[in-house]
Amino acid sequence: MKSTLLLGTRKGLVVYRHQNGQWAMQDVHFPGVPVSIAYADERNGVWWACLDHGHWGVKLHRSADRGANWEEVTAPAYPEGAEIKPGEPAHTRYLWAMQQGGRRHPDRLWVGTEPGGLFRSDDGGREFQLVESLWNHPSRENNWFGGGRDHAGIHSVVVDPRDENHVYVGVSCAGVFESVDAGKTWAVRNKGLRADFLPDPEAEVGHDPHLLVASPANPDVMWQQNHCGIFRSVDGGRLWTDISEKDGPASFGFAIAVADDDPDQAWVAPAVSDMHRLAIDRSLCVCRTDDGGKSWKTLRHGLPQGHSFDIVYRHALACSGDGLAFGTTTGNLFFSADRGERWQVINNYLPMVHSVLFVE
Amino acid sequence: MPSVNFTYALKRFFPDLREIDLKAESLSDLLAQLEKKHPGLRAYVLDEQGRLRRHVNIFIDGELIADRDALTDPFRPDSEIYIMQALSGG
Repeated sequence: MKSTLLLGTRKGLVVYRHQNGQWAMQDVHFPGVPVSIAYADERNGVWWACLDHGHWGVKLHRSADRGANWEEVTAPAYPEGAEIKPGEPAHTRYLWAMQQGGRRHPDRLWVGTEPGGLFRSDDGGREFQLVESLWNHPSRENNWFGGGRDHAGIHSVVVDPRDENHVYVGVSCAGVFESVDAGKTWAVRNKGLRADFLPDPEAEVGHDPHLLVASPANPDVMWQQNHCGIFRSVDGGRLWTDISEKDGPASFGFAIAVADDDPDQAWVAPAVSDMHRLAIDRSLCVCRTDDGGKSWKTLRHGLPQGHSFDIVYRHALACSGDGLAFGTTTGNLFFSADRGERWQVINNYLPMVHSVLFVE
Repeated sequence: MPSVNFTYALKRFFPDLREIDLKAESLSDLLAQLEKKHPGLRAYVLDEQGRLRRHVNIFIDGELIADRDALTDPFRPDSEIYIMQALSGG
């Protein structure tokens, strides 16, 4: 298990270190500033902070020395004249995903944003360019729309480690898109998904994958916690299968994490339906499947039962080896050292947690 | 020359920011000059399409500007210009 946790919270970037069997808060960076994503690039150890200043717009900072010094770089910005829809100019409202572009492209980075633009940097993040091919995708203007935010947003970028020009994005609301040429062209990959909120639940575009991930052990195996259930694909997103639990909590939620070493093992953090967005029966649980979604186990040991209002946001559940951690909307941070069997509280008094990531 | 003053909140990011007199023809021109003195400042006040950010206000002689998109509000050579934040909760 990696021994550092980076948390993006509503009031700063919080760093925890695991030492002598315990997690201890080590630093708080950007105190008071909402951090939408706290990210670390495992290729070079650079930390990134995606900031969401209420007044001053979104900002991007990086640190080459684990937070000792931060440098602001120009945040992804839409080119002059870019419009969400005719007459509605586009500007970066939220930085919602960050992903390094692979070891064969050491200076490549991807950033997903609201209102729906994907950005790519090929110089280590000094400059980001809008990926025009996706922004100009024929489906975007009329079939992408806001889900959880005012406009459509890209919250997931998945890079295939076997071929780093092979990239997927998850868009709320639009669905999954795949590129095999580093973003020059895109194919829609929503077959098998269901969008119960649309007039045609099987529409090609308009789905709401809350988070899209691929198995590190077998990147053809992809998972998504969707607005309308949990879906899995074993063929790189060509066909999705509903693996939601029929008579149990594993159905609605935002976050999903897949084990580093097992394409059949994943965790979700369920909530009561989109109508309520509450912990189920005021009780927090994590559900784990060990068989690719055929069955789910509900894990509650050590989590609050009967008095919880916690929800886990899409980027706020993470795993590393046997370790699992998640942060909640009400500022609780939990850790399990045994893949979710037993949980312990790290902190009950954090701000709302937007993102959780294990780093070295 | 018009004088330009700033909310203290911007000084967190630009510690050298001080009240300044600037010869400028328009608000856009004024912000371009400020950007030269304080690189990055413009992106805190305006979005990438040149519009005033939603929670930022500019006052000219005590009056809130009307044109938040193209920044065409006029001012006089002796105007006092304030770049402020709107207040929001939490």
